[in-house]
Amino acid sequence: MGGWTRKLLRVNLTHGTHAVERIPDAWLKEYVGGRGVADRYLWEELDPKVEPLSPDNVLIFATGPLTGTPVSCSARYMVVTKGALTGAITTSNSGGHWGPELKFAGYDLLIVEGKAPRPVYLAIYDDDIKILDARKFWGQTTSQTEDGLRKELGIPAARIACIGPAGENLVRFACIINDKHRAAGRSGVGAVMGSKNLKAVVVRGTRGIPLARPAEFMQANWAMRAKMAVSPGRQGFTELGTAAVIDLTNAFGGCPTRNFESGQFEHAENLNGNSIKDTRMVANKACFACTIACGRVTRLSGEIADKYLVNMHPRNWRIAGEGPEYEAAWALGADCGVGDLDAVIKANWLCNDLGMDPISMGATLAAAMELYERKVLTDKDVELPLRFGSGEALVRMTEATAYREGFGDELAEGSKRMADKFDHPEVFMGVKGQEFPAYDPRGFQGMGIAYATCNRGACHLRAWTPGMETTGQVSPHATEGKAEWVADEQNRTTSHDSTGICLFTGAAGTTLDDLVACTAAATGIPFTLADFVHIGERTWNLERLWNLRAGLTARDDNLPQRLLKEGHKDGPAKGVVVRLEEMLPAYYRVRGWDEKGVPSRQKLMELGLASL
Amino acid sequence: MTHSLNIIPDKCTGCMQCELACSWVQTGYFQPSRSLIRVNVFDEQASYAPYTCVQCDEAWCMNACPVNAIATDPITRAKVVLEQVCVGCHLCTIACPFGTIFTLPGTDKAAKCNLCGGQPACAVSCPTGAIEWAAAQGSPWFGPWGDRVDGRFLEATVGGNR
Repeated sequence: MGGWTRKLLRVNLTHGTHAVERIPDAWLKEYVGGRGVADRYLWEELDPKVEPLSPDNVLIFATGPLTGTPVSCSARYMVVTKGALTGAITTSNSGGHWGPELKFAGYDLLIVEGKAPRPVYLAIYDDDIKILDARKFWGQTTSQTEDGLRKELGIPAARIACIGPAGENLVRFACIINDKHRAAGRSGVGAVMGSKNLKAVVVRGTRGIPLARPAEFMQANWAMRAKMAVSPGRQGFTELGTAAVIDLTNAFGGCPTRNFESGQFEHAENLNGNSIKDTRMVANKACFACTIACGRVTRLSGEIADKYLVNMHPRNWRIAGEGPEYEAAWALGADCGVGDLDAVIKANWLCNDLGMDPISMGATLAAAMELYERKVLTDKDVELPLRFGSGEALVRMTEATAYREGFGDELAEGSKRMADKFDHPEVFMGVKGQEFPAYDPRGFQGMGIAYATCNRGACHLRAWTPGMETTGQVSPHATEGKAEWVADEQNRTTSHDSTGICLFTGAAGTTLDDLVACTAAATGIPFTLADFVHIGERTWNLERLWNLRAGLTARDDNLPQRLLKEGHKDGPAKGVVVRLEEMLPAYYRVRGWDEKGVPSRQKLMELGLASL
Repeated sequence: MTHSLNIIPDKCTGCMQCELACSWVQTGYFQPSRSLIRVNVFDEQASYAPYTCVQCDEAWCMNACPVNAIATDPITRAKVVLEQVCVGCHLCTIACPFGTIFTLPGTDKAAKCNLCGGQPACAVSCPTGAIEWAAAQGSPWFGPWGDRVDGRFLEATVGGNR
C-alpha cells in the first residue's frame, strides 16, 4: 500500500513521552485518512463530556493519503479535537506546507495528549522527536515564533505550526497558524493547543511517499491537472482570489452586513477581488503543490502603513503579508460595516500574527457594535466607540482581543458568551456557539440547512450551495430538494477532506471522481465513487454520534431568530426568511435519523457503526 | 540548437511542484528533501525563486572531482554525475559556487541536475510557466576539451569502463 505512511506519532505532554504506532488498516479503508481516521481515534480515545480546555482533551493533527503528493492542492491537514468555542467535535483544516512535511517525516497522524507543566514545543525531525522548552517563545507572535524556532534549531527547511498570544490567552476562537499565514482557523483549536502549554510543532521530514500503482497514479494526476489548467473557475481564483465572491453574494442579497441587518454592503467594491488586486496585491502565493495560487500577498506602503497604528505592528507594516481572502474581508469588513480595505488588511494581518480566526473575530466585534449602536454598551464599557464602519475600532479591538485587554476580554469569549452576558442573546449570529461565515441564508436557503446541521457549528465548507444557487441551476429561494442535496454534499466534502486535498479543487473544474482515481492508484485500494460517498456518510454520522454523546441535541440544529423571523428591508432577498422548518425534517429523513436527530439503528448497521 | 532551463522567479508561486517532479524522476518517490531543484522562499519580500544547476561551461564541480566522476552529456550538455565512479568525497559540493550539487543521504554520493536527459520534469510540472525548457543561443563549446569529456561520458555510460 502507498499514499499512507500508516504510522502515527503519539505524544503525551504530561509525562513527556512519545510513541510511534501502526494505524489499523481497516480504519484506513473505512475512513480514507485525515479527518475520517482522526474522528475514529477521537471516538475511541476521548470522552465527549470532557471540558475542551482541560488536559484531558486530545488534539489530533491528521493528513490524508494524497497529502504531500503532486495531486493539485495536496497541502491540507486537519486538526481534530473538542472545540473550545463550540464544545462540539471540530475538524479545522489548513494548507501551507506543514501537513506535507509531517507526511515526509513519516506520519499520517500526530496525537497530542495531556498538558505540559510549562510552555514547550515539539520538534520532529523524521524519527527524532523532542519536547523542548518554549518559555522564551511564550508571548511571541506567530511570525516571531516561526523565525525564532528556525534559528534556534538551525533547520532552515523546518515547517512550523504554532499559536500566537491569542492561543496562549485562551481566546475562544484562537487558531493554529502554520507558515505564518495559513490557519486551522475555526472553533478554537488554538485555545486547545494553548491549554496544553504547547507553543509550536516544528517538523522537518526527509522521507519519500511511495505509491501502490505509480503509472496509473501519474495518469490520474495529470488528467486532473489538465482539467484545472483550462477551468474558468480555476482561472478566476488565480486572477482575483476568493474575494471575488463578494460581488456574487452582494448581487443576491446574501452578503451579511452590519451583523446581518442587511444583505448588501454598499462598500463591497472596496473589498472585492479587483480592488485587492489593483491596489494592494503584489504576488500570488500557492500552498504546497497548488496549481491555483489563490493566496494574495499584499503590502502596505508609505502613509497607508501608518494608518490605524496599534501597539503591535509587524515590522511597522513595511513587509509583505497575506490576505484578506473572502471570509476575512467579509467578517472584518462588511459584517462590521468597514469599507476601508487597509483597515481590513491590518486587522486580518493582526489575526494571523496573533493567531485568531478572523471570521469569529469580525462577527463577534459586529455583535458588540450592534450592542453599542443600540446603547446596551456605553462608553463606560468600551475604550473607544464601537461604531459600525469604524476602522480604528476594528484594528484596535482585534489587538485588544488577543491580549484580553479591556473590552477585548469580553470579545475573546466569542459572540455567544458575550451576548448572553449582556443579556441580548439575539445578537449572536451563529450555530452551536460558532459564528456564521460570509453567506446570508436568507439569500441562499441551501446555506440555512447547511449551517444548521454542520457538526462543527456554522460552517460554509461542509456544503457550499451558492455555487449552484447563483448560476441559475437551482433557485436560491426554493427549499425543495435542498435538504437531500446538502446531505449528499456533506458526505462528499467529508471524503474530499479526508484525502488531504483542498476543497477548492472542486470549484476549479474537477470532481470527486478525480480524487477517487488518484486515491485508488496511490493506495492500491480499489475505491469507487460510491465508496467515497458511503465513507463520507459514515464519517459524518460518527461525528454526529460523538456530538450527541457530548450532550448536543436537535435543539442545536437551529438558526438565530433573526434569520427565521426578520427579512431584509430591501435588496434582492427583501422580506425572505429561512424556511428551516421545511428543510430540517426532510434532512433528518434523508439522513435516516429520527425526529430528534438521532441516527436510526438501521442506518448505523448500514454504515458499519452499529457496534460502536 | 541547445536548450536550457529558463527560470522566471516573478511567475513562481512557491507551490513546490518542481521539487516533487524532480524527486519523482530521480528517486521514484515524492520526496522534496532529495530534489535537485530547490525553491527559495523570501516571504517578507513576496519572492519565490526556484534554483538549480546552471550547467556551467567550465564547471567547478567537474574540475574539482578527483576521480573524473562528472562528465558532460553530449546531447543536452548537462554535467552529469557518474554514480558508479563517484567515491563520495564531497569535494564537488565545496567547489560549486552556487550550492546546487548535493550529496544523497544513504549512498553519500554526489547528485545534481542532469536535465532529465533532455526532458526536465520540473519544467513540465510547473503550473505557471516559471520554469521553461527553451532553445538557447549556445556559446561555442570548449572544442577539444569538450570532446575529451564527452568521450569519458560515452565510455562510462555506453562502453562501461568499470
